[in-house]
Amino acid sequence: MFNVAKAEMRKLRRPTLFFGTIGAALFFTGLITSFIYLMIDSPQGNGDRGRSIGRDVLELASGSVNGFASVGGFLGIIALCVFAAQTAQEYTYGTLRNLLVRQPSRMKILAGKFVSMALFALVMITIAAVVSIAISYILAPGANVNTELWFTSDGLDSILTTYVNVAISVIAFGIVGMILGLLLRSPISAISLGVLWLLIVEVLLVAVRNSLQNWLPGIQLSTIASGGTLDLTYRHALTVGGLYVAVGAVIASVLFVHRDVAN
Amino acid sequence: MPNTAISVSDLSKKYDDRLAVSHINFEVPLGTVCGFVGPNGSGKTTTMRMLLGLITPTTGQGHILGEPIEHPEKYLSRVGAMIEGPAFYPALSGYENLMVLAKLGGFPIERVQQLLDKVGLGDRGKSKFKTYSLGMKQRLGIAAALLPEPKLLMLDEPTNGLDPEGIQEVRALLRDLANDGTTVFVSSHLLSELEIISDYIVMLRKGEIVFAGPIGDLMAQQQPTIIAKSLKKSDLARIVKIAKEAGHHAVIRDDSVHVLAEMDWAPKLNKAAFDAGITLAQLAPQLPNLEETFFEMTGDK
Repeated sequence: MFNVAKAEMRKLRRPTLFFGTIGAALFFTGLITSFIYLMIDSPQGNGDRGRSIGRDVLELASGSVNGFASVGGFLGIIALCVFAAQTAQEYTYGTLRNLLVRQPSRMKILAGKFVSMALFALVMITIAAVVSIAISYILAPGANVNTELWFTSDGLDSILTTYVNVAISVIAFGIVGMILGLLLRSPISAISLGVLWLLIVEVLLVAVRNSLQNWLPGIQLSTIASGGTLDLTYRHALTVGGLYVAVGAVIASVLFVHRDVAN
Repeated sequence: MPNTAISVSDLSKKYDDRLAVSHINFEVPLGTVCGFVGPNGSGKTTTMRMLLGLITPTTGQGHILGEPIEHPEKYLSRVGAMIEGPAFYPALSGYENLMVLAKLGGFPIERVQQLLDKVGLGDRGKSKFKTYSLGMKQRLGIAAALLPEPKLLMLDEPTNGLDPEGIQEVRALLRDLANDGTTVFVSSHLLSELEIISDYIVMLRKGEIVFAGPIGDLMAQQQPTIIAKSLKKSDLARIVKIAKEAGHHAVIRDDSVHVLAEMDWAPKLNKAAFDAGITLAQLAPQLPNLEETFFEMTGDK
């Protein structure tokens, strides 16, 4: 498995892929974090779906990671795209047969791929966390937000908790990408379907029937990143989201292990 | 230690209601070069995929280097393969692509540059795969197959896209590997190439084995042809008549008469033609080559 992970790392550290992905993550991190402070007095709100995040919330010990938690969903979509592309391209390039000739254990191939991509996601999350907190710290004085509690022990605890929640969420999104890649065997189809579902279908479904947000997979995974919302508890999101990911992963793994590699 | 590199018994693969490979049996002895021939769609690649554990047979058994094909993990570390053309990551260089496979298989990374040099890509190793010509891609595929220092090398159309010089290099490489004890199982549509390098032949048609055995045995089974040309075209029909009266099958093809007969009948034909007042411009006994034998046996021409 570690040989597979090391081999995958060589592909993931390709400059266009690495810097392209980190660049996209930094763009969304900078944009969303900046909005929270620059639009703090805007009547349209400064948070997700027009919500307002006031000074009282930002001045709490957890204030430094508000931006980082908000960007978790976007980081998840980036992870979904990378995981899906890296998995499905083995079919489109025909390279899967090379991998399986050198490592016949298909579960080891999957596990190695997952480990390397999860490490890649952790690097992206870490950079996004540092940049988001730095932007927050720089913009807070201009928005009259007191940062006194941010780096107390409670504040550091919040940073760690949020980091873990975002990591769980982003890696879970990535697993969804891997599942789509394995099932559809085409990067374009896997990414299109994943992004379409998360950004359009789920939003429309919730707009039509609000109670559906309790059961839609993308919303559960985004809620994990933000540590729970007023409408959805963290525990519920973790349970339902975890079930979706686990069931999907089992189905995709069984298919991958038993399916003929005929291309 | 088994005597056979590949042994296949009653092996079949069915896709829905189409039988791609039908109950085939053959063996490839260790240390030989075995040509695997058959028309497009005859089941060559499907067979190779089954032998490499990429697809599951519908029925039958197979052994590679003495290990059952149900457990590819027991033999693939000793097998090199290039199936259905070279497949690599286009955005990585040739060197990086081989590094991915070297890391994956746990092979010494020094081999990567050595193999690039061996297949003539030493100075283009840092170029991206997507910039390679078809011939260069083939060479990289062969280098990848050689990474594990294989006991068995399985190559699917390795000379596709190579220029004559490249084909000659691959031929020499495969012969050298066989001389060093590597068994080479190679499919190619260039039958003249296989005839030169192969000790064994496995011939497939519509998923069924037409012939499997030493190439010498195959050629010995074939009846030689005597080709006769007369000075006057109008005499060709008379030569056919002479041959038929002597009990031989004869046809006119390309301004000459092709008579299916043993070599020692050629002087008799010469005398009979002379007696009939026919002047022969050419009289040549000829053994069929692999290509003619192939078409004869597969009935594809």
